[in-house]
Amino acid sequence: MLNVAVVRFPGSNCDFDALRAAELVGTNAYFAWHRDASLRGADIVLLPGGFSYGDYLRSGAIARFSPVMQAVQRHAAEGGPVLGICNGFQILCEAHLLPGALLRNAGLSFVSKPVDVVVERTDTVFTSAYAPGSRLRLPVAHGDGRFVAAADTLRMLEAEGRVVLRYVAATESSPFQPNPNGSANHIAGICNAAGTVVGIMPHPERIAEGVLGPPDGLGFFRSLAAWRPRASTLNVPSR
Amino acid sequence: MTSSTVTSGVMEASGLPGERPVTPEVVREHNLNELEYGRIVALLGRTPTLTELGIFSALWSEHCSYKHSRTVLRTFPTTGSQVVQGPGENAGVLRLPDGWAVAFKIESHNHPSAVEPYQGAATGVGGILRDVFTMGARPVALLNSLRLGPLESPRNRYLFAGIVRGVGDYGNCVGVPTLGGEVGFAPGYTGNPLVNAMCVGLLKEADLIRAAAHGVGNVLLTVGARTGRDGIHGASFASEELSEKSEARRPQVQVGDPFTEKLLLEASLELITSDLIIAIQDMGAAGLTSSSAEMAARGGVGVEIDTGLVPTREPGMTPYEILLSESQERMLVVSEPHRVAEIQAVCAKWELNATPIGHVTDDGIYRVRHHGLVVAAIPGQRLVDDCPMYEPTAREGDETKALRAALPAAAPKAGLQDALPLLLDAPNLASKRWVYEQYDSTVQASTVLGPGGDAGVLRVPGTAFGLAVTVDCNSRLVALDPYEGGKAAVAEAARNIACVGGRPLGITDCLNFGNPEKPEVYFQFREACRGIADACRAFDTPVTGGNVSFYNESPTGAIDPTPTVGMVGLLARVADRVPSPFSTPGDEIFVLGATRGELGGSAYWAELRDFTGGRPARVDLDAERRLQRLLVEAAGRRLLRSAHDCSEGGLLVTLAEAAIGGAYAGDGLGASVDLTAYGAEVPLDGLLFGEDGARAVVSAAPAEARRLVALAREHGVPIARVGLVGDTGGTLELRVAGQTFSWGIGALRQTYFEAIPRRMQHPDVDRSAGE
Repeated sequence: MLNVAVVRFPGSNCDFDALRAAELVGTNAYFAWHRDASLRGADIVLLPGGFSYGDYLRSGAIARFSPVMQAVQRHAAEGGPVLGICNGFQILCEAHLLPGALLRNAGLSFVSKPVDVVVERTDTVFTSAYAPGSRLRLPVAHGDGRFVAAADTLRMLEAEGRVVLRYVAATESSPFQPNPNGSANHIAGICNAAGTVVGIMPHPERIAEGVLGPPDGLGFFRSLAAWRPRASTLNVPSR
Repeated sequence: MTSSTVTSGVMEASGLPGERPVTPEVVREHNLNELEYGRIVALLGRTPTLTELGIFSALWSEHCSYKHSRTVLRTFPTTGSQVVQGPGENAGVLRLPDGWAVAFKIESHNHPSAVEPYQGAATGVGGILRDVFTMGARPVALLNSLRLGPLESPRNRYLFAGIVRGVGDYGNCVGVPTLGGEVGFAPGYTGNPLVNAMCVGLLKEADLIRAAAHGVGNVLLTVGARTGRDGIHGASFASEELSEKSEARRPQVQVGDPFTEKLLLEASLELITSDLIIAIQDMGAAGLTSSSAEMAARGGVGVEIDTGLVPTREPGMTPYEILLSESQERMLVVSEPHRVAEIQAVCAKWELNATPIGHVTDDGIYRVRHHGLVVAAIPGQRLVDDCPMYEPTAREGDETKALRAALPAAAPKAGLQDALPLLLDAPNLASKRWVYEQYDSTVQASTVLGPGGDAGVLRVPGTAFGLAVTVDCNSRLVALDPYEGGKAAVAEAARNIACVGGRPLGITDCLNFGNPEKPEVYFQFREACRGIADACRAFDTPVTGGNVSFYNESPTGAIDPTPTVGMVGLLARVADRVPSPFSTPGDEIFVLGATRGELGGSAYWAELRDFTGGRPARVDLDAERRLQRLLVEAAGRRLLRSAHDCSEGGLLVTLAEAAIGGAYAGDGLGASVDLTAYGAEVPLDGLLFGEDGARAVVSAAPAEARRLVALAREHGVPIARVGLVGDTGGTLELRVAGQTFSWGIGALRQTYFEAIPRRMQHPDVDRSAGE
């Protein structure tokens, strides 16, 4: 069974949601505390949403210095998969595991609503269960979700196909602005060059069960549950 | 005169060196009248110390003592087989299936929000969260009810923007979804906005903990934030009218830290579920004073605390300041002495301090030391119980009587074709999407129906059932007829719960009124409460607690009376929940309930004829109850594709809202409606815009229509088939009284969803507008 560590910072508030979604697809999911130096044999790491350490500085700016993030850095450096959702995405950028930064929404207000996104990469650990070009409706809920990067970084992300999710209009005639926060190139999620580290602003863990609506987010968890570490890097559960 | 008068024995107390003596002027500053002060002196057998005067001033304030409301509140029905905990605790608790229970409460933060909208609103949310998690419940939903002056005024836009941001930032950070609410606008709220916040929490009934101190020798600990000089006298500030001088009260508004709140939430629940503590209470209004005194009184014991041991933010704080500070995110905990180390370990894990500051005693005295020196010694039970109770004169205002008897003078501003878009553009009726998009409504991954519908619905993981939650009050009706208005608030809440498929279980209420010492205000209060009580008895929805907020007056006058009702309902199977908008083309549309066309107090008269008056419809509690039962049973049998309650704006607005579709549907479905069958018995404006209660607009698949009609007859609810659901990109078509009207859904959607953003985009909405 895959070991999935859900990292818990003081101020994480999507920790239980991420844990439940990971359990739903049959993984051995457990919490890793921010002071832990070890991920206890995690195959996959989830950085959930919330307001780590209150996010009174820049979102994610304090979390990157926590002991557990040193372990996450090592895990990622060894090719281990990491998914950062919302605050988790912000932390991945602050920790330089992903390029760019997430700034205050263009509208300057917190925005909570369903958005439509297209899955542009389906060969990552977290999106393999989706068909290429799938359109998903997922909730967003953030104040700092506007993805920005230097022009050459944006060009690189596009050229290397590292945009995982992009905001799109629901229909041709939709009266709504598709992009909820003013992100560059309508980017909703990106990955590292290897496709092992993924950061997204929408919350798939909040819409992974049918009782809550069409479970468009479940694919992220089905994908990670289907992933198999290469034998040489298989972690021995130490839990 | 000196405050260090000493009597013998346990009641000895002395003032600090150099502190202000207790003079008649100082007594007046503390908002205590002669009768009250006389009782204090008699109770102590001596002059109080300044610290004691501060303690009495807080606990005998309207906010803490309910001295003008208690006799009326006693008339509420508070019992029932579903009640686990009624009024008197931090929150009420009702029984759910499978060993679960729901804790919920609503509270006002009006005065702080009037002078500092962002922090005032934010700390209102913080306080209500603590009231719920101190019962051992994990907060799973927030709701709020806001009232503001019209958005034409920059000051009102500033207050609205700041309040919404404050409510949002706090709940968003703690990670509790906002599932519903209401916002109303009327001139009476211009100087005195209302911010009522409600929290709903889930717990296993076995984990319930109460806030009663007991066990002589047990330890009192403060947990959480340090105590600062903010919010001193918040409780007495809440107990006076707002004036030009209130702006100077801004430093008394507390500052919230939702991050610490989140840590406090997790630490408190861990302390409770691991059985480490005996009792826990939020240090809310009147801070350490009320929490320690109330916990002692509930347990029938004395307590002794030393303010010198309380961790403070700054040196040199006096016992008076420490006792009355309303610094946020603090708890008072009672535990056995040998548990203190374990408690401190749990708190340290959550980066919080837990500091012993006193203990439970057997002499019944509420005793405060400051570095050893006794600065207050008051008989504890009498401190909490002996505040004089008042039952002021109640007399209906002549103006209200006249207004109720009047009819609109002005001709309608527009004909029927234009009336609908005008109503949908009125901020009272328009979509509140601008508001609820600033609140996280999906965190905790349990939101089945979010804000924007009749009621919010959430699932309880690991069970089949669900909860429905709503807050409601139509203050225009209460102003015109407080008794019927009180009934209407409960009836509307229950209809909303029933529309989504929930059975109403119980209520919490937030009673916002003006100065109770004015006979016409006290009349409104007494009558509205009588209406609430009668409706709650009829629906078997006991009152489990709540809050009274008096003195909502500013130099521009008293607010409209606003008894907000927060209600919780149970869906036996959450999967059976019914959404508000039409969902499937070709479904049949029905109107449930009888239409008499009562326009008194209607939105139509207010918006189209500039007239807020007339006699509101009498609320037929029996018809309401039959409608509720029908809706719940029809939902359980999966006969309904949509259900939307008919309230403000009347039948045409209800039909339009259902046709417009949800906030995130690409487009609404439209509808074709024929009301010809209503004939000429009901005048046209009354038929379309009357606000008779006990009605809902529902839709059903054609195959289920016959069963629905039969079920309605069984329940004795009038049912009329009025049309068919249309397709996307369509229109709302209405045939009535020989005429045909048609509105494009796209245009109606635009009007309905953009009404508030359009007004708030005005460039002078910024914080400086409030300076």
